[in-house]
Amino acid sequence: MTASEHETESGPMQVRGTVLTVRRVDAYHAITIVAPGIAARFKPGQFVAVAVGGQDTSMLLRRAFSVHDVRPDHGGTVEFVFAVAGRGTRWLAERRARDVLDMTGPLGRPFPVPRDPVSCLLVGGGYGSAPLFALADRLRARRCSVDFLLGAASGDRVFGALTARRTGRSATITTVDGSLGVRGIVTDMLGQVIHDARTDVIYACGPMAMLRQVTALARRYDIPVQVAVEESMACGIGVCMTCVLPIVGSDGITRMVRSCVDGPVFRGEQVRWDDVGTIPFDAFGAPGWEPRAARSQRAGGVDGRRGQAGQAGPSGQSGQPGHRRGAQPGRRQSHGA
Amino acid sequence: MAPDLRTRLGTVELPNPILTASGCAGSGRELAQFVDVSKVGAIVTKSVMLAPRAGRPTPRMAETASGMLNSIGLQGPGIDAFLQRDLPWLLSRGARAVVSIAGSTLDEYAELASRLSDAAGVTAIEVNISCPNVEHRGQVFACDPVDAGAVIEAVRARARYDIPVFAKLSPDVADIVAIARACVSAGADGLSLINTLHGMVIDTDTMRPVLAGLTGGLSGPAIRPVAVRCIWQVRQALPDVPIIGMGGVVTGRDALELMLAGASMVSVGTAIFHDPSASARILRELDDELARRGIERLSQVISLAHEMRVAGPSMGTVR
Repeated sequence: MTASEHETESGPMQVRGTVLTVRRVDAYHAITIVAPGIAARFKPGQFVAVAVGGQDTSMLLRRAFSVHDVRPDHGGTVEFVFAVAGRGTRWLAERRARDVLDMTGPLGRPFPVPRDPVSCLLVGGGYGSAPLFALADRLRARRCSVDFLLGAASGDRVFGALTARRTGRSATITTVDGSLGVRGIVTDMLGQVIHDARTDVIYACGPMAMLRQVTALARRYDIPVQVAVEESMACGIGVCMTCVLPIVGSDGITRMVRSCVDGPVFRGEQVRWDDVGTIPFDAFGAPGWEPRAARSQRAGGVDGRRGQAGQAGPSGQSGQPGHRRGAQPGRRQSHGA
Repeated sequence: MAPDLRTRLGTVELPNPILTASGCAGSGRELAQFVDVSKVGAIVTKSVMLAPRAGRPTPRMAETASGMLNSIGLQGPGIDAFLQRDLPWLLSRGARAVVSIAGSTLDEYAELASRLSDAAGVTAIEVNISCPNVEHRGQVFACDPVDAGAVIEAVRARARYDIPVFAKLSPDVADIVAIARACVSAGADGLSLINTLHGMVIDTDTMRPVLAGLTGGLSGPAIRPVAVRCIWQVRQALPDVPIIGMGGVVTGRDALELMLAGASMVSVGTAIFHDPSASARILRELDDELARRGIERLSQVISLAHEMRVAGPSMGTVR
């Protein structure tokens, strides 16, 4: 008992939080919930997982949302931003003050912040910019400068443009339809912003396609980039194994890693963007994969059987290849339909 | 007075009959942030294989009405890492560990049973036989009485005598009683009923299957009636074999339903994704359900639905 209590002191908790407000913010909804424990433990980049549909719901999977902001009022409140994309988020949008939500959090690894006062560029796509403002506060508290580069399909889908303009050293907005800021996508402007702001570090949150391009450009300029990925999740706490993506570890080995507990924040270059949605052939535990050390260690032993096991393919499926190339359209909307 | 919920699993006495279902609680570590794992009847760990395994590509899950499909593909660290890291951790927390094993050949299952028998502290082995048998053209072990029996025989032969071996059966068979009989004849000490149902979802916008692996296992309340039916049929045919029931248990009432059908222990699976503290809540609710019906001991309700007349006036009337 004492052991598990000790464990929860810094870890996530499950609360039934009272809804304070639900408001429209352009194309999105923002919901504020009283959740003192979660607010106190929160660090920018972390998320919450919310049960939807009320008691006896037919929707069993929690919806994961990046935390936009926490405030000390009412003992501690948590706010997140979402788009109505399905039954679960529609139900959330229909919540009213004094409704109660079952919420777990704060979940996942937060954005690491630099030790020194450096020039930080925060890049957001759509409502992916929501977690960047709490990060900006934290960075400024460390005397870092903060520049924003936000983009979306249209002006009403750029979340936090005003705040970015008000609080950022600079704020560049791009929209695909040209209704706000520069016509185009964030990566069209990334090079110029990096140049103007003399960026030392990039933080990015948004659709996977954007994160991939931001990472590629950051690499070109040799700037470290931290990305918060979006992957479909069922539980948010690390038990369901549905939100995995191929991540290269510091030992050079690719592993299928859970984005909920080992992420959602990764160094951009750790993510094998081309292989997201697949099991790379050289990933730890992929069919046929065998560590060199283990092979020599077990020479002649269970080795032969292991080889067979590796080639057996995924379970519950006869002769189904485990590989899949290219992403499927549905998988990008992640943060809870 | 609070009902007596103690139950036996082989040589170990469990404080209560609520377990976590394999694949829904990892190795307990993540859950420990939300529940005291030592107070759960037992933690049934995610199926472990001999070698590390990367699993299937994403998307790996799809929500369905009162359920979900998963196609994880048995991703896991392999037995070495499990024995080094996960099992000792569970034991250090005072949890009881039921270890689920999976393999592609009889030898793999046997090797796993042997490795677990050498380790201290394994309460029971649950054999996940819903895997393709590479020695039998990929035919799933659980779908063939001979194959299913062969796995259990191999495991029983190598598992230490005092570790009970439970066979986890698939409901996707024409005659689950035939599979159950084969497993018990082969030496299974008990049965776990049921594994997921094979299902598929197509996205009508993209017009493609949602899961990268195309098909997946259906779980959640949607399958509970199937679980009740399977437990009922097996209990009818094999009245003395202990059954761990699982399939869509979300409330204490659901757990009671599976027990009335014949389960003496109940695993909580998909409900954990919805509510990480589900096991503790369901235990509380089960306690209440029994108390409200004036039942003193858990053993009184196990298989009770099979009895022709309702025992005691209080039991039939309370809703």
